[in-house]
Amino acid sequence: MNGYLFHTESDRREMLRAIGAESVQEIIDGQVPPAVQMKRPLELPPAADEMTLESELRRLAASNASVSSHVCFMGGGAYDHFIPAVVDEIASRGEYYTSYTPYQAEVSQGNLQVMFEYETLVSQITGLDVSNASLYDGGSAATEAVLMALASVKKRHKVITSDAVHPEYREILEAYLQNIDAELVVVPASESGTSEGILDAIDEQTACVLIQHPNFFGRLEQVRKIADAAHQAGALVIQSFDPISVGLLKRPGDLGVDIAVAEGQCLGNPLQYGGPYLGIMACRQDLMRRMPGRIAGQTTDRRGNRCWVLTLQTREQHIRREKATSNICSNQTLLALRATVYLSLLGPQGLKETAEHCVVKTNQARERFAASERFELVHAGPVFKEFLVRDREGDVQALLEHATDHGVLAGVPVGPMEPKWKDCFLVAVTEKRTEADLDRLMKVLESAPADEANRLAETV
Amino acid sequence: MRNQQATKLLFEMSRSGRRAHHLPPLPAEGETAASLLPADQLADAPPPLPELAEGDVVRHFVNLSTLNMSVDTHFYPLGSCTMKYNPKRNERMASLPGLVDVHPLQSDRSVPGVLQMLYELQQMIGEIAGLPGVSLQPAAGAHGELTALLVAAAYYRDRGEDQRRYVLTADSAHGTNPASAQMAGFSTRTVKSNAQGLVDLDDLKSKLDDKTAVFMLTNPNTLGLFDSQIKEITDLVHEAGALIYLDGANMNAILGITRPGDFGADLMHFNPHKTFSGPHGGGGPGAGPICVRDFLADYLPGPVVEKVGEEFRTVDPAKTIGRVRSFFGNVGVLARAYIYIRTYGKEGLRRVSEDAVLGANYLLSKVRHILDVPHGDRCMHEFVASAKKLKKEKHLSAMDLAKRLLDFGFHAPTVYFPLVVEEAVMVEPTETESKETLDAFAEALFRITEESGDVVEHAPHSTNISRPDDVIAARKPILRWTEKDK
Repeated sequence: MNGYLFHTESDRREMLRAIGAESVQEIIDGQVPPAVQMKRPLELPPAADEMTLESELRRLAASNASVSSHVCFMGGGAYDHFIPAVVDEIASRGEYYTSYTPYQAEVSQGNLQVMFEYETLVSQITGLDVSNASLYDGGSAATEAVLMALASVKKRHKVITSDAVHPEYREILEAYLQNIDAELVVVPASESGTSEGILDAIDEQTACVLIQHPNFFGRLEQVRKIADAAHQAGALVIQSFDPISVGLLKRPGDLGVDIAVAEGQCLGNPLQYGGPYLGIMACRQDLMRRMPGRIAGQTTDRRGNRCWVLTLQTREQHIRREKATSNICSNQTLLALRATVYLSLLGPQGLKETAEHCVVKTNQARERFAASERFELVHAGPVFKEFLVRDREGDVQALLEHATDHGVLAGVPVGPMEPKWKDCFLVAVTEKRTEADLDRLMKVLESAPADEANRLAETV
Repeated sequence: MRNQQATKLLFEMSRSGRRAHHLPPLPAEGETAASLLPADQLADAPPPLPELAEGDVVRHFVNLSTLNMSVDTHFYPLGSCTMKYNPKRNERMASLPGLVDVHPLQSDRSVPGVLQMLYELQQMIGEIAGLPGVSLQPAAGAHGELTALLVAAAYYRDRGEDQRRYVLTADSAHGTNPASAQMAGFSTRTVKSNAQGLVDLDDLKSKLDDKTAVFMLTNPNTLGLFDSQIKEITDLVHEAGALIYLDGANMNAILGITRPGDFGADLMHFNPHKTFSGPHGGGGPGAGPICVRDFLADYLPGPVVEKVGEEFRTVDPAKTIGRVRSFFGNVGVLARAYIYIRTYGKEGLRRVSEDAVLGANYLLSKVRHILDVPHGDRCMHEFVASAKKLKKEKHLSAMDLAKRLLDFGFHAPTVYFPLVVEEAVMVEPTETESKETLDAFAEALFRITEESGDVVEHAPHSTNISRPDDVIAARKPILRWTEKDK
């Protein structure tokens, strides 16, 4: 039989003898009422040996377009940044990836120290006091931050955000808020793709404001202004930020933000069709005990050595049950390890240069789209590593399929997420892209037949 | 032998000017990044990250890794966590180019292989659950609980039964159950266990009414017992118009033996990082796919994968609750589950559970001569012993026992859970441990109970650190390194 079992027939006999049972079935029959036992085998494919299964998986994998087979300009919350070899090497060590949550600190100092280092690095990139050890992803982290704010600001139920925040992040927020006492207000972005409208929406009922900067369209928000207005009204400010961007831009904590969240995929984590990713969260000291998730802290052992433990556990579900700050149990430690290794490798200069590459190359791409007859830039004004393009010919889906067929993942169609942007797509440019990649992008897009949609419709 | 520099922090190793990462230069002509951004948005300097050489980074993290126990290095009988062997083929196949480097927003047409795998996984876990509606989106078991409760809430809202505001949880349940119920906007009521450790039917009856939405059940429960009254329980709950949620943490006990859908569950989650061998990553990532009955499938979060002719498509269910995270789900973890299920196939998965049950009962037959096991001499995949007598006779706690086991080269069992057993020691050996390992573990446990209290009380003695001071850590939290610590 394929698999990873140990017991020989003689082991089984001896074990059953020690138990005092004739068979495993006898043990099961004593536990599981026969009426609910399965009377047939599971309807699953037959067992597959390693060699056969791997060749099948290779075939499946080869049928997909990917960032290694195609040139990638897709973003929208997940980016094709470079992952140094050291990150994969460290994360593939069994001592990390086959260990459990570090409840037994004495035999988990490796993981705990990494968590403490991760938390410190997150403090450094956010400019905030306290980080947790990770949440699921950037989207659910934004929602956890809103729940944290609702619990912190008493007797207020209004949550204000903007449609320049990732549409999927807002969908998560709606799903989580639908059964609890909260009102979600979504302010439309301005002509230039920014969220000043929030300033007028903030009132005395507002518990918190959620903004994204750089926002979904790559545009820069007036975070300081929004934070000041929110604080004046007694509300908290949550910023979803791009960890690469703080190589150049001011950090959330420097802009007066109370809780910062981010998608940490960009910090050394592969795209893998959406996950596992890394939810980053940091906050001001006074919000610390409202924070969801695991937190590692420094202490000393009985011999006086510095060491690390999971701490502030009275916030957590296994202690507080229904009174916990969140239900989170499993988190994303392995992805946090990858981010820790990534940031250690980049250092301040590497992070800055990576951000510079994004800005300069994104701007080069923007100039090319601006000069093109077929396309126009939707928003004027500076962007970080992403921007929204309108196809005057209109059929974005067909255009992007054409590009994929010609080896380029040209962008993210925004229509499926926001119908009003149905003729638009987001183009993201990371440090990995070259001048030649940009040439190829424009050539492929401009060569797409305008009536591609009709042609595709006929062939399907 | 131990590298004494290993436990220095990255920040203490930093030297101004050291570098590990280099990018090609940007063109000298053309605008600089700083000139392309508004001056008031720019930071004066990049974040004060540590400055290290590549060799520093590698040695640091490799040395730190050696301070961890892991499944690759040690027996890890952590009850409720199913710390089974993590197959290496899963790691390699899930990391193939074309799987690991696919962008989440690519068109369905450009990812047929990914969608085929995910579709087949939906089918396979739906079959194992006996519940045909599947969403692979949730990122962890607790996230699956929350998602399923949001599905239940949407279902009741649709039926005009908004008054169903209560979720019942067992007193032996994982803490995530009541925490998830709270997050989904429900109030919780606790159902007691009876003397046998099963659901107290009278208590359940007294708490069921037309305000009950869901009873969250763990079966086999956290004592490792399959509830023999399962049919009565699910009938009672259904008669009250409520739904049964199954916490799938203990699915490793019943694969191919019985199915939640067949014993009355309406919704459940799987923990692929437990049952289907996904590695636990030091705390994550996991995944928490949920399976539901037909009449609940329309409320699942999207996207789910459908097969239309020979093509695979992502779609949102008709009355979807929306989404609970960005993008599709923890595909990397799900890929490992897919590879694992395919490896064992239809006959093999049942053998996994049979061997898990065999191993647990064998270990139980030895341990019950060493420690009290209050809830019977047979179990499913795990059992809960009690160190109560040790406490009374030698003033040693379950924690002392756990710590001393580390010196014998075994990870500690789960202690102080479930809450219904005093000085609980919860042992789950899994199917991927040999008889010799189980014998050695029982032998170590026995020797510890014979040792002088002093030795045990101050354990562990052989680990890199001795017991940390948790109280100070929580009272005066130090949660990051700061410049003044240098």
